[in-house]
Amino acid sequence: MKRHDQGTYEYLRHHKKFPHVWCAGCGSGIVMGSILRSVQKLELNQDDVAIISGIGCTGRMPVYMDFNTMHTTHGRALAFATGLKLARPEMEIIVVMGDGDALAIGGNHFIHAARRNIDLTAIVVNNSIYGMTGGQSSPTTPLQAFSATAPYGHIEQPFPICDLAVSAGAAFVARSTVYHVTQLDSLIEQAVRKDGFAVVEAVSYCHTTFGRANKLKSPVQMMHLLKDNSITVQAAKKLGDELPEDKIVRGVLHDKEKPEFTELYDQVIEQAHGPLPPRKRKVRRGWV
Amino acid sequence: MNVQLIQGNRASALGALAAGCRFFAGYPITPSSEIAEIMSRELPKVGGKFIQMEDEIASIAAVIGASVGGLKAMTATSGPGFSLMQENIGYAIVTEIPCVIINVMRAGPSTGLPTSPSQGDVMQARWGTHGDHPIIALVPASVREAFDLTVTAFNFAEKYRTPVILLMDEVVGHMREKVELPEVGPEEIVNREMPTVPPEWYEPFGNPASDVPPLAPFGEGYRYHITGLLHDPRGFPTNRLDEIQPWIERIFRKIDRNLDEIAMWEEDGIEDARVLVVAYGATARSARQALKIARARYGRKVGLLRLKTLWPFPEELVERLADEVQRVIVAEMNLGQIALEVERIVGRRKVVRVGRADGQMVSPEQIVDAIRAPRPQATRRAAPAQR
Repeated sequence: MKRHDQGTYEYLRHHKKFPHVWCAGCGSGIVMGSILRSVQKLELNQDDVAIISGIGCTGRMPVYMDFNTMHTTHGRALAFATGLKLARPEMEIIVVMGDGDALAIGGNHFIHAARRNIDLTAIVVNNSIYGMTGGQSSPTTPLQAFSATAPYGHIEQPFPICDLAVSAGAAFVARSTVYHVTQLDSLIEQAVRKDGFAVVEAVSYCHTTFGRANKLKSPVQMMHLLKDNSITVQAAKKLGDELPEDKIVRGVLHDKEKPEFTELYDQVIEQAHGPLPPRKRKVRRGWV
Repeated sequence: MNVQLIQGNRASALGALAAGCRFFAGYPITPSSEIAEIMSRELPKVGGKFIQMEDEIASIAAVIGASVGGLKAMTATSGPGFSLMQENIGYAIVTEIPCVIINVMRAGPSTGLPTSPSQGDVMQARWGTHGDHPIIALVPASVREAFDLTVTAFNFAEKYRTPVILLMDEVVGHMREKVELPEVGPEEIVNREMPTVPPEWYEPFGNPASDVPPLAPFGEGYRYHITGLLHDPRGFPTNRLDEIQPWIERIFRKIDRNLDEIAMWEEDGIEDARVLVVAYGATARSARQALKIARARYGRKVGLLRLKTLWPFPEELVERLADEVQRVIVAEMNLGQIALEVERIVGRRKVVRVGRADGQMVSPEQIVDAIRAPRPQATRRAAPAQR
């Protein structure tokens, strides 16, 4: 039988960078594996791929991956990636962020990158908490959950990441969990393939901080929760109005063709400058 | 002959294009917006890219991202936006990514006096981002110099792999002068050094003899890691003292050892001077006039030191010139920022501050009064404007 992770080994910086910083049982590594498998499946050249991250547990992800990698400032990964994408439109740029990174300090960049519809793949690893700083409330901490800064229970509403991305103008929006790895692989692959701003919410967990404060100390418990608490897009559609609010709907939620920013900018250049030599095209071996 | 009547902001934008700038990201703010407007029109004509970002934080981030992609990149802003950029300026310093930040200074703090002139961001340019770091800041005093120093700013950024700040005051930014802009030939333009070694040997943050490691753009086969964490020669985070210490020493050394090239200034009438006026930017224009008045009308022996490079501060130069005079007057559109540096070097008793922060230029008369004053006034703070 073919192992699931066969071949992704070559995409890791295994000489120096392991063991990783994440707690045993963390979901971040699963998301990283999904990214690697997607890149492998698309047969992308490592030199043509850039992984950009912000700050936090997810921010540490790029250092382990053997691509062009950049660990930027808190919340600003998408803005850095926007500059890089304009300079190198032929590159596949994957931006990995945590929920606090993407939606609190980086919320403005998130909605504007979506509005601009620039060809970036934004992966938001949502663990509902600030893990690296010790478990403070994040923009996706559920109502009434406990955290280091909500000792009496959280009284704010969580951000619906995917709804936000759709309304802000993203071309592709999808969601899955770190339990449903095969689906996550496929969603990330579709997101990278999409010419436009693509968002994948990877629902993860933090058993170390969130779990400890909410009687869910073991990653196994967390995994069960993701399994029991999620529902496919198709099943959710069938339920219609009867879909419980706390269900994690997983699958492709939004996929729309719309003009992409760097391609529009090429037209601006042609208008101002005259015809350009053909742009170096993306290498897309293995695409069906 | 390329003679034009243009403002400093335009000269600066044209200087950037001449220096090879091919990326601009910015956010509108008076009095710098003309630079963004000109770049949005001119950049696509030369195949470059312009983008208006959602704020100044994103602007400087996109500039750094584009520079990592191999383009010469810049942004332009004013005080409030410059404050927002500080964290990512620190990122560019730590990751040694070349870029140029133009700050057309207006009166602050906060929203301040939009948009009266000021030179109040001098210390922010030096210490605005957290942590110890070197920085280069240049300051033009005329429209032509706005062009020239923007070219120089790009050259320094590329040569030393560092952000360079061009501190223009609103007077120079918006002032129109008749200028003849030069053709900037390829021999006058510095481009970052590219690696010549195979990718597996490449050390993007290594320790070469020049102290400035070559910088490969992303996407060219040199896969490496860039991080704002302190890092080893390969770019990977480290907390080993034997890797951190040489790195800190190197990023300071690459600027300090090239002070002879980076420090730029102009002297006027210092041969027989008994009083030295130190000024920069638009204030140096008032100082030049004050010099004429003081010499012609009052027979005072006055010299002028006009600084074009504020950071790193030319300590030895100021020390040498100040030794020859009885008094040093520091004229600036703030309440004594460069004066702090001069006092540190010369000693407080010999230094007179002439400054104002009310959105008005320092007038030649104000400086003449200070030149004529019998002995240094023991001012801790510069007196508010008296007119």
